[in-house]
Amino acid sequence: MADAPMLQVSNLESWYGESHILHGVDFNVQEGEVVTLLGRNGAGKTTTMKSIMGLVGRRAGSIRFKGEEIVGLRPDLVARRGIAFCPEERGIFASLDVTENLMLPPRIAEGGLDIERIYTLFPNLQERARSPGTKLSGGEQQMLAIARILRTGARLLLLDEPTEGLAPVIVQQIGRTIREIKALGFTVLLVEQNFRFAATVADRHYVMEHGRVIDMIPNAELEQNMTKLHEYLGV
Amino acid sequence: MMMILGIPAPLLFGQLMLGVVNGAFYALLSLGLAIIFGMLNIVNFAHGALFMLGAFTSWGLLNYAGIGYWWALLLAPLIVGAFGVVLERLFISKLYKLDHLYGLLLTFGIALILEGLVRNYYGSSGLPYRIPAELQGAQDLGFMIMPNYRGWVVLAALVMCLITWIVIEKTSIGAKLRAATENAPLVQSFGINVPRMITLTYGAGVALAAFAGVLAAPIYSVNPGMGANFIIVVFAVVVIGGMGSILGSIITGFGLGIVEGLTRVFYPEGSATVIFVVMVIVLLARPAGLFGRAH
Repeated sequence: MADAPMLQVSNLESWYGESHILHGVDFNVQEGEVVTLLGRNGAGKTTTMKSIMGLVGRRAGSIRFKGEEIVGLRPDLVARRGIAFCPEERGIFASLDVTENLMLPPRIAEGGLDIERIYTLFPNLQERARSPGTKLSGGEQQMLAIARILRTGARLLLLDEPTEGLAPVIVQQIGRTIREIKALGFTVLLVEQNFRFAATVADRHYVMEHGRVIDMIPNAELEQNMTKLHEYLGV
Repeated sequence: MMMILGIPAPLLFGQLMLGVVNGAFYALLSLGLAIIFGMLNIVNFAHGALFMLGAFTSWGLLNYAGIGYWWALLLAPLIVGAFGVVLERLFISKLYKLDHLYGLLLTFGIALILEGLVRNYYGSSGLPYRIPAELQGAQDLGFMIMPNYRGWVVLAALVMCLITWIVIEKTSIGAKLRAATENAPLVQSFGINVPRMITLTYGAGVALAAFAGVLAAPIYSVNPGMGANFIIVVFAVVVIGGMGSILGSIITGFGLGIVEGLTRVFYPEGSATVIFVVMVIVLLARPAGLFGRAH
């Protein structure tokens, strides 16, 4: 089945404690695509990513990765299947230097970038190899967070708002990085609020509202759907 | 006779030596507590009882299996550490999502049960454990007489603390441990089996307590209350050093042992309380401890 999606999320529901956050999320990601989840604050975008990784308390529905059901798996087992997560808050560890942060995730498969390749993509990280991770600038921390998961051999990367709070010049740099990652054959699921940025990197966009996917817009049709998108996102 | 500050040098250095030996035990025990607290967020009140089990295991190995001190130094930590792994899996792991108080109460209960069981079988008067032949005798250093075994205890504790520090601060396993202390779910999402790491960390912390117990067996009589005598002081050491701080535990453990020893020379009445006085001062001036990070 050459066209079977790499990631197929069907009727996904999630809870934080008693709070029911996702109410049946459906979408898919094909291998080699960059797909974004767009939506207002509180739409359930980050929870969707955390649900895929097994980082929420309770999940129901189906998450199939390369045909295998992973909805009941622990986060480490999800990661071992080949999915890597870069959280919104970047998750740089204060007690680890840049190199230690970079080398922290174990290699889970062949095909990850070697350290030389990573330093070519992110030269700043090499210059600051021995600095504590949290002493880097926001942009450098974001680069480190992305670089860290490129090493592992995971082929599906979940990037949660990688441009949040960054200067426009750094946002452009992140955009270039995501395009390079795509060119290297990685598949990317991206959570974004900034749809202008998303339009520069993505193939398709899913729009989320109130814990559901309410629309899918191919990037090529974004211009025609701009009015609708403005309504969805309230911009 | 050489005098220092009006005190005979052998007396001063003798007490200082005792202080350093006590400090060695404080450091080893508080190090294990700090590792366990940092990783599991559990205040392990059973630590003193597990130290006592280390001493009893070495006694048992000698008396039931003919296995002497040197092998006991290796085997007792492994046996008691494995027991710690079982404790963590069966009981402690159920409490991670609850308030600290529940972990403290559970481990306090485990300590009472362990001490009670050992007291039932072996009584409370204490069992002798001979200093190994290689370490009997003493060295005349000129300014003091140093018993060989006490010198060995300080050396062994220092080496063990150093090894532990290197493992935690300079290896990839230690990096995973430090990262999991900061954000365990994220570390797990990288493909690292954090629950297993937590279990092994508890086992390692317990093994450190048992190692200290084996070192203590020839110095103190092996008795059910030997851990309880230490544990309150060790908690004070951990608070002073900073909860969860590895280096803080080591430096504070040795430092407070020396302070206690010197107090025994200059103001003997205060030697039992000096550590708690220091704890109160540190808590007032620096609540996160000397080496701890404020949250």
